Amino acid sequence: MNDERTTRAGIRAVTDHTVTFLAVLATIIVVVPLVAIFVYLIYKGASSLNLDFFTKVPKPPGEVGGGMANAIVGSAVLLAVASVIGVPIGIAGGVYLAEFGRGTRLANAIRFTADVLNGVPSIVMGVAAYALIVSPHISFLPFTGHFSAFAGGVALAIMMVPTITRTSEEMLLMVPNAIREAALGLGVPNWRSVLSITLKTASPGIITGCMLAFSRVAGETAPLIFTVLGNAFWSTSLDRPIAALPLQIYVFALSPYDDWHRLAWAGSLVLIVLIVLAVSLVRYVTSRGVLKGTS
Amino acid sequence: MVLCALSIFGIVLLIFLELTRQSHLAWIKFGFHFFFQADIDPYTHQPIYWDPVNGHFSALPFVYGTLVSSFMSLLIAVPLAIGVAIFLTEMCPRVLRSPLAFLTELLAAIPSIIYGLWAVFVLVPLLREYVNPLLIKYLGWTGLFDDTNPTGLGFVSAAVILSIMILPIISSLTREVMTAVPHSQREAVLALGATRWEMIRMGVLRNARIGIVGAVILGLGRALGETMAVTMVIGNTPEIHKSLLSNGASMAAVIANEYAEANGDLHRSALTEIGLALFVVTIIVNATARFLVWAVTRGAPARVN
Repeated sequence: MNDERTTRAGIRAVTDHTVTFLAVLATIIVVVPLVAIFVYLIYKGASSLNLDFFTKVPKPPGEVGGGMANAIVGSAVLLAVASVIGVPIGIAGGVYLAEFGRGTRLANAIRFTADVLNGVPSIVMGVAAYALIVSPHISFLPFTGHFSAFAGGVALAIMMVPTITRTSEEMLLMVPNAIREAALGLGVPNWRSVLSITLKTASPGIITGCMLAFSRVAGETAPLIFTVLGNAFWSTSLDRPIAALPLQIYVFALSPYDDWHRLAWAGSLVLIVLIVLAVSLVRYVTSRGVLKGTS
Repeated sequence: MVLCALSIFGIVLLIFLELTRQSHLAWIKFGFHFFFQADIDPYTHQPIYWDPVNGHFSALPFVYGTLVSSFMSLLIAVPLAIGVAIFLTEMCPRVLRSPLAFLTELLAAIPSIIYGLWAVFVLVPLLREYVNPLLIKYLGWTGLFDDTNPTGLGFVSAAVILSIMILPIISSLTREVMTAVPHSQREAVLALGATRWEMIRMGVLRNARIGIVGAVILGLGRALGETMAVTMVIGNTPEIHKSLLSNGASMAAVIANEYAEANGDLHRSALTEIGLALFVVTIIVNATARFLVWAVTRGAPARVN
């Protein structure tokens, strides 16, 4: 009896240690590719990051040199278009969810749908934007009928709206109720208190939420492939195909030219540095406690 | 304000309507058979899966490719993700917890094009030189691994890069679900004399089971729709072969590759139908997953991941 008990205890102890070892192993296996990707990116991309990269357009295939300036500017243009459309709608939706519709079943349904929409593959948004804007069916609307930067901006905006809605709702929910009650106690109407007081208090958090959405959308390639098409030349017009950083990286990576591969690595380094900065900033701001003080 | 919030519903409806409208041609011509059957070539008696020039369209190889690569990636990712989650919630010294959690979150933030780039230039050669020969040598008897494809691209590479990509989602949701289990459960099991693993197994994992299933399904949803990394490593051959090392194609990959230059309305319409199927399937999968996770965390705001 005692023997069996000590054997059982032994087996249980061994199992415990084995599981601990496996869990540590799993963590190491997970961390290794991440570190490997970063190190490899820095190793391959850093040598190609010079002034040329940020100021020149890509050279024709086979020629050495050139940069990705048009892609960086193009990505900025797309992000701007997407923000102009997506940010107001998203913040307004978040305000509704947090302030006016809190606890209603409609709000729960909207929150659930926003989360589900976040998981839809981005290429589907691209196809929808293509069907809506690029395929020619309404002749009198501007921007329709051909590949354009506007179509890509719309595709990216569709992706931003659920993210911004959810994060601004979360940030608004973190505003202490005392502030709202103080405003109401002074006779400020609800809409005014939301606009001038609650939003202002939550604005650092909402801005970081927008930055999170930007960083997610900046790296998206799939919806851009057949809405903006990409452009080898300098263009900032909304009405024409435009270059975009992730799209350019994709095209260069699959090409057979070593110089373009070099540029693709450098572009990836730029992209990932921007994204890491954005994510770190978001994490720093939200962990520090955004709403300390009510000024 | 209400209108802006309702825009979420509007977006879903808009996407659905646009996709249905654009794929109308293919629906009329092929119906549901699009996903299960393919025309048979009268001369060679082989199925013709995807021939845009002659108008033969069947989504079968893409459905097969998506399912095979996604489920293989789940096989690799789920044990690792749950292991990481267990380590981070129960075993990790407090000092390391925050940086490690940040690292796994960073994995989720890397755009898929960068994963694709790294996969094409680093992962595929690595697999081709070191892993694939071992797979053929030791697992070739199963009939699932043969050496007809020496390029290193194919389902195995796609599954590996997909598993790296869905790992952070599964792991962070599992962590959230595990921390939502009340401490009283853990203490009760420990009070009965359990070892740490038994405490985790009986006190935490048993209660968090549903949520973990939800996290895994969410990871599946992401794997099903993943485009860029898969396009670059799966080989893009619309054929069905038994070997897991062979080239294949996936639904999202074929849309990404062929949509911009689709010749003819039928081609574009067939591609849009694949996109519609992808949309519907990911919505169902994501809704199921979110519901399961919500059932365990009970209404705490879900993470925007």
